[in-house]
Amino acid sequence: MGDFFMLMKNHKSAKLVLEDGSEFEGKSFGCNISNDGEVVFNTGMVGYPESLTDPSYAGQILVCTYPLIGNYGVPKGKDKFESDGIKVRGLIVSEYIDEYSHWQAEKSLGEWLKEEKIPAIFGIDTRALTKKLRTKGVMLGQIVINGKKMEKIEDPNLRNLAAEVCIKKPKINGRGKKTVLLLDCGVKENIIRSLVKRGVKVKQVPWNYDFSQEKYDGILLSNGPGDPMMCTTTILNIKKALTENKPIFGICLGNQIMALASGAKTYKLKFGHRAQNQPCLMEGTQRCYLTTQNHGFAVREKTLGNEWKIWFRNANDNTVEGIRHKKKPFMAVQFHPESTPGPEDTEFLFDEFVKQL
Amino acid sequence: MSKEMKKVIILGSGGLKIGQAGEFDYSGSQAIKSLKEDGIKTVLVNPNIATVQTSENMADKVYFLPVEFSFVERIIKKEKPDGILLGFGGQTALNVGLELDEKGVLHRNNVKVLGTSCDTIRATEDREIFIKKLNEIDVKVARSQAVKSTEEGLEAGEKIGFPLMIRAAYSLGGLGSGIIKNKTELKKRLNELFKQAPQVLLEESLLGWKEVEYEVVRDKENNCVTVCNMENLDPMGIHTGESIVVAPSQTLNNAEYHGLRTVAQKVVRHLEIIGECNIQYATKGGDYRVIEVNARLSRSSALASKATGYPLAWVAAKLSLGKSLPEVVNSVTKSTQACFEPALDYVALKIPRWDLKKFKRVENRISSEMKSVGEVMALGRSFEEVLQKALRMLNVNAAGLTGDVPQVDDLKKEIKFATDKRIFALAKAFQANMSVNDVNKLSQIDPWFLDRIKNIAKFKIKLDKGTLLEAKKLGFSDEQIARQTGKTSDAVRKLRKNFKIIPVVKQIDTLAGEFPAKTNYLYMTYHGTENDIKRGKNEVMVLGSGPYHIGSSVEFDWSCVQAVQASAELGYKTVMINCNPETVSTDYDICDRLYFEELTLERVLDIHDVEKPEGVIISMGGQVPNNLASDLDKNRVRIFGTSARDIDRAENRHKFSQLLDDMGLDQPEWRELTSKAEAKKFADKVGYPVLIRPSYVLSGAAMNVAFDGVNLDDYLEKAAEVSKKYPVVISKFVEGAREIEIDGVAQDGDLKIYALSEHIEKAGVHSGDAHVVLPPQKTYLETIRRAKKRTKAVISALNITGPFNIQFLAKNNQIRIIELNLRASRSLPFVSKVTKYNFAKLATKAMLGEDISGDYNTLDLNYVGVKSPQFSYSRLKGADPVLYVEMGSTGEVAAFGEGYQEAVMKSILATGFKLPEKNILLSIGKQENKEDLLKFIKRLEDKRYKIYATEHTSDFLTENKVHNQKVYKIQTNKKPNVQELLEKGKIDLIINIPTKYNRAEISDGYLIRRLATDHNISLINDQQIAKIFINGLCNLDLKNMPIKSWDEYENLV
Repeated sequence: MGDFFMLMKNHKSAKLVLEDGSEFEGKSFGCNISNDGEVVFNTGMVGYPESLTDPSYAGQILVCTYPLIGNYGVPKGKDKFESDGIKVRGLIVSEYIDEYSHWQAEKSLGEWLKEEKIPAIFGIDTRALTKKLRTKGVMLGQIVINGKKMEKIEDPNLRNLAAEVCIKKPKINGRGKKTVLLLDCGVKENIIRSLVKRGVKVKQVPWNYDFSQEKYDGILLSNGPGDPMMCTTTILNIKKALTENKPIFGICLGNQIMALASGAKTYKLKFGHRAQNQPCLMEGTQRCYLTTQNHGFAVREKTLGNEWKIWFRNANDNTVEGIRHKKKPFMAVQFHPESTPGPEDTEFLFDEFVKQL
Repeated sequence: MSKEMKKVIILGSGGLKIGQAGEFDYSGSQAIKSLKEDGIKTVLVNPNIATVQTSENMADKVYFLPVEFSFVERIIKKEKPDGILLGFGGQTALNVGLELDEKGVLHRNNVKVLGTSCDTIRATEDREIFIKKLNEIDVKVARSQAVKSTEEGLEAGEKIGFPLMIRAAYSLGGLGSGIIKNKTELKKRLNELFKQAPQVLLEESLLGWKEVEYEVVRDKENNCVTVCNMENLDPMGIHTGESIVVAPSQTLNNAEYHGLRTVAQKVVRHLEIIGECNIQYATKGGDYRVIEVNARLSRSSALASKATGYPLAWVAAKLSLGKSLPEVVNSVTKSTQACFEPALDYVALKIPRWDLKKFKRVENRISSEMKSVGEVMALGRSFEEVLQKALRMLNVNAAGLTGDVPQVDDLKKEIKFATDKRIFALAKAFQANMSVNDVNKLSQIDPWFLDRIKNIAKFKIKLDKGTLLEAKKLGFSDEQIARQTGKTSDAVRKLRKNFKIIPVVKQIDTLAGEFPAKTNYLYMTYHGTENDIKRGKNEVMVLGSGPYHIGSSVEFDWSCVQAVQASAELGYKTVMINCNPETVSTDYDICDRLYFEELTLERVLDIHDVEKPEGVIISMGGQVPNNLASDLDKNRVRIFGTSARDIDRAENRHKFSQLLDDMGLDQPEWRELTSKAEAKKFADKVGYPVLIRPSYVLSGAAMNVAFDGVNLDDYLEKAAEVSKKYPVVISKFVEGAREIEIDGVAQDGDLKIYALSEHIEKAGVHSGDAHVVLPPQKTYLETIRRAKKRTKAVISALNITGPFNIQFLAKNNQIRIIELNLRASRSLPFVSKVTKYNFAKLATKAMLGEDISGDYNTLDLNYVGVKSPQFSYSRLKGADPVLYVEMGSTGEVAAFGEGYQEAVMKSILATGFKLPEKNILLSIGKQENKEDLLKFIKRLEDKRYKIYATEHTSDFLTENKVHNQKVYKIQTNKKPNVQELLEKGKIDLIINIPTKYNRAEISDGYLIRRLATDHNISLINDQQIAKIFINGLCNLDLKNMPIKSWDEYENLV
């Protein structure tokens, strides 16, 4: 018997139970504990270490639509991750590959999940599950291993998830003449790396940091998990910053917060955009970029103020993917120009931002 | 776009050959449709008459003429197109396009090159410019040098260091490429390559690096999308066309995947490609080299298109017209943009199909040169599942990766020096307890793939529910399970159905289920619990042809597409099953539902269980579906057309021969084999040569002519290997006879339409390798009458409904039936397009019960059509380019002419044959052949061709007062020597007529033919062709043959 079959036998039965009562049965390959969260799917074909450590996934159970996960194991060194550890509440895949192969790998995905105490299931018809989520919208759910179902699942979007995952006290990253104030609502490491790489000093501060007395050249409003309406302090602080003229660049949740601060509204998408192949058109041009996305909320176009314009738009469903102030250096995108995982097409936006400082 | 496009000319790829196969029928067809949608008139040049793109409902004008500079120039002058597409007909079209550009033809005629410019194409084709361009943007390429002479090459070789890679510039499928280990080898190879190409490339060896490719599309707005990436299981050193390829890549992480994607876009933007291109990389431990960029649709792009569901060729055509990606809606999903990158929620795997057994003495190692003749693609949700599916799809007598698979003798050798059997050797190595590490060291294949292979190889099947489900998830077929457990496959099927272990149907929607998409593109998997679709209504299911291989190529795909279209015309919904990514039948816009699936009984029944169609058409996809007749019938599947029982009576050699005897119809004397001794006795009685034929085979696999008892023994063993289930029949081989064929359609035993064509070569050459003429030029009316009468009798006896093909031997007005096939034949598109009656559609309608009676004139035509075989010997190192009873051609072309000679010459030229300028070498076996050819040779002398002749031929010519230069055989070392002459490029044409049809021995004739092929010298190896060719050469004004489109050839009646 090969290792594979030993593995099969050694895996405990596990199931995913959705709030509508439907159940998907498979086997456990992570930590043998039960966990709950909002169940979302991502259609990216590479980059599970990056996705799993993306703080925007806080409170969520991630379903990978690509069926083979674990192929290249888990790399050594946290510089390859998007935060200090796994941020998802659970992982659902079709086929789990334990015998990884990669020159940078140091352990298997299963080992890593166990270390980080995150449950995971394989052997699930992830396409059927995805279709359900797409039809009925994202749902709450729980991974049940070895035990009874919880009666009620708490909706993570009712909590301030950004506050949970962000940095607790200010920290300086990199060196440079210009200083960017990074409002951390659950920032991905590669946003910081992308700025530092461009010779900028990045002062990373918590989501609710009062920066009115700070000296800085620009603000980066980070990505993060959950409902933007929960970040009330950030919205208020940005509102003030919008009265000034220092450049502000928002990414993902940052885009929503900037919109809210400007007086616009946000809403929850039926099943969100979580993929590495979202086409975004730069408004008024024929230029289309492939982008990485990971968001469940979006800016409502009609509520956008007169001083603002649509910057990017999703070519598939026409939703707002970026906004820009008509006169001042305020801009934000709903997608992830820092990618990881995903296409590097819009990395130039960091250049644009840094140039404005 | 400054100039308005009203009419566009598209260059096709010509006959199918190794390195350039049916994928260009797919890309050309999509381009034509794409342009037509925008109201642009299309003119297509393609002599490949079996293609879908040359069908009546495709391009506005079709020219069945050579894709060659002077012909295309004349077509351009006549048609006055506004634009030209060069990227849809492979390397052939690209090369002709560049020539048209360089010689000013396009400029003079005001024809705009659409899409990627000629300068860009040149930058991708000329290594020096290419490297310079990539250096400009700091993209890494292998250390290399382009050289223009042997001396320069030797010097460069020293600089780069051995081992190094060598290849010819401007070539398709890596012609002439290989690994060179030392200076001596280098010198030999350089000499060879400079015969074929003006430039040769030497490169740093990247042997063992991972090979990865990306398909990229770019529009004039500078939008770039990377439709797909693919990873080769076989590392660098094995041509990507020879590799097992998986999409998407499996062992690249995010940084590598997207890093290479970014490089790809940078390169494509810098080169300013518009439309589609392919970029190949070698990568290792985070480092990479760009191998090449193909600025055109390619085999890889066809694969990528089928693997992802993204209509690459169709989009590329739109972009060539100047549209931007955001303007183009994804015609597959209808709900998303073309400006988007597919997300796969499955795995696609391609395996090449080789046919090396068909060629005597061919080198069977696979390496950096392409030898495969086709490929299959499997879709599934685990690597193990797709690997085993794909192996079955190949139709090479493999039940999967294990069980009933081809023999491998020396495992370690096979793994280190791959042949077409390496994948089986890998499995056997694990069964023999070799470790992944050891196998990786030998093969350099990534352990990830090896672990998957090991999973299959080490799996122990048991019949409990859990294990059985695991087995199915690992891709084991019922038959494999049955063999391992001592059951029948029927019993396994029943058992698993009881356990509710049933595959589910999943859609390919390009977006991993993110949005609902209107896609008809389906596959089956055991990794799932829910079907994506519900049972269809009022459906006709058409079984496709599987992979292209010798004897089964684009003609069966054409037939299947016609069957689908005819069924739709009658109001049915259509379901297509096929597994060949190079086909049009697997295009998204052909049928209502496409199952990219195995054509095995098990899978066809699985699909049948879901769809429950009205019935199944098995007679259009060639021998593969035809062979399922009895088994499908036993499983109560309704077969449209001729009954399974009657198909068996025709396909089973014994039953068929018996039937003919019973009907009193002449056939060569025959006997079913029971023992070798008896076979010998029979052969002695009727006299050698005798023909040995297994049943239920296509293209004469294991068919052989034995000239003596030793031959006979050998061939009988081979026949038994090919067809275990069915008897082998031997018959008297009639020498000197002609072969005629009738293709037709019958309904309820009545002949409804037929076309009779004749072969130019004498019988003994496989019908697929012969030149075929329609209407017949040399056949007596009496022979025609008799052939028709017998055809009618046989049709009636077998109560045929549907297509059929019957072959006769004719000699002195005597005719004998040699073969009957109750299915679409290789010549069906040819006869359909020459007579302008669509036989395949008529046959389909007949099978579906529509009365097709009518007045069809197929004989009285005001023109002649001639079909020529397309060979690929230049790619098959060592193979003997000689005609034989077993088929060796990889494709075909055809041309029309107002007269016979004109049609023959155009047709021969359409295979890429180069006309001789001056020097012709003759080497004619047999006295009677020499005498027969004498008056033709004299005409060559009259026309001032310089004649060289080998020893006996020279003596004969001198005796007969034909001035000639004697040259000595290769093995004599005397001067002037044939070898020296050929290597120095002194000869333009070789006419070499072998003494007898035997490929077993190494003769001087073989060496001459092989040298001719290796040095790209035109070769004629048949007596009859030699005669008609010399006539054409001497009689016709070859530079001014009429340029007419298909519709300009009119019926007399």
